[in-house]
Amino acid sequence: MDGMHDMGGRQGFGPVRHTHNAPAFHAEWEVRANSLYAFAVRLGIFNMDEYRHAIERMEPRHYLTASYYERSLTSLATLLVEKGVVSREELENRAQGRFPLAAPSAHGRTNVPGRECFIPGDRVRVRQDYVPGHVRMPGYIRGKCGVVVSESPAYPFPDAHAHAVVAEDEPTYDVRFRTEDLWPNSSDAALVHVAVFQSYLERVG
Amino acid sequence: MSTQDRIIARTASPEQRVDAIQAALDERGMKATGAVGELGHLAQEQWIPQNGARVVAKAWVDPAFRARLLANGREAVAELGLSMPKHHRHLVVLENTPRVQNVICCTLCSCTAFTIIGLPPDWYKDLEYRSRVVRESRTVLKEMGLDLSPDVEIRVWDTTADTRYMVLPERPPETVGWTEERLAGIVTRDSLIGVARL
Repeated sequence: MDGMHDMGGRQGFGPVRHTHNAPAFHAEWEVRANSLYAFAVRLGIFNMDEYRHAIERMEPRHYLTASYYERSLTSLATLLVEKGVVSREELENRAQGRFPLAAPSAHGRTNVPGRECFIPGDRVRVRQDYVPGHVRMPGYIRGKCGVVVSESPAYPFPDAHAHAVVAEDEPTYDVRFRTEDLWPNSSDAALVHVAVFQSYLERVG
Repeated sequence: MSTQDRIIARTASPEQRVDAIQAALDERGMKATGAVGELGHLAQEQWIPQNGARVVAKAWVDPAFRARLLANGREAVAELGLSMPKHHRHLVVLENTPRVQNVICCTLCSCTAFTIIGLPPDWYKDLEYRSRVVRESRTVLKEMGLDLSPDVEIRVWDTTADTRYMVLPERPPETVGWTEERLAGIVTRDSLIGVARL
């Protein structure tokens, strides 16, 4: 989905609020939110792709204003409710207030038919796919051309894995893009490497 | 308006919401509070940048280890007793040179090789870093205190799959003859992410 989470290349944000030795956590509940979602993954209640997708499904204004660990706990609660572990009513009664959850999921998809294998040096284009469910293709590479640098081991296909759709594991390719191709005349010169699933790629030429 | 309506009209604080989830799981016999203690300890005491610092120091003094690290990061860090979650199937170590600066990010969420380089700092997860570092890397690095010469090529690595990255910073020339332990002491989390040089 072309959700609010897809931040790469968006304009208008100011300087990074960088400090030396910046903390990972700012409050004790953040440590617990992080631990509880990891615990649920460990128990097999949901997988990492479902977890990421439930964050992406947060209402955009909520997503933008929530802290990182508020997004974690919203995803965790959404999935616990959707999987029938707890009800929203119980959570709201226990929390003594409203408990915002993410919006319902659309459908996923299985691997793209006719996937090709690539080797380092191949020129590839990111397919112009628009999907309603989970996808790990950042919007800024859609339709763009790059060069394959290496191949990673096969992983569960996220577009399927987040939706309990049956699919084969597939490799990801490290694809190198030039910022000049991604944002012509509107970027600092650099190379951007993205780990791209095989289903998202097609050969150029 | 009933008492219940008034309560539901305000959003519970994040802390109240976490408490609610934890209590609901505990009541179902899932022992969430025990897991929170264990995982919280790992997150704060075990998954720390000093792990990555040890890896870097070893690579600086041991060329054979450095070669193994660059060839297969996951297997190489295991030699130092460091592990990664099952779903992180690949650790790619990105070697800086005088002419190349690698920097890692995650534009879609905030993924990192957290067991090796530590849980990400707050700014790494902020919308500013996630939106801007892929498109305006040189500007962002300069704002963060790393003013690179124009002849240094910047390579940004967006963590969009479960392949994870760690930057191998250059060894400062004044550290000749230092012990591995002393070398590890100068390696910062920012240098493992690639927003600082040593």
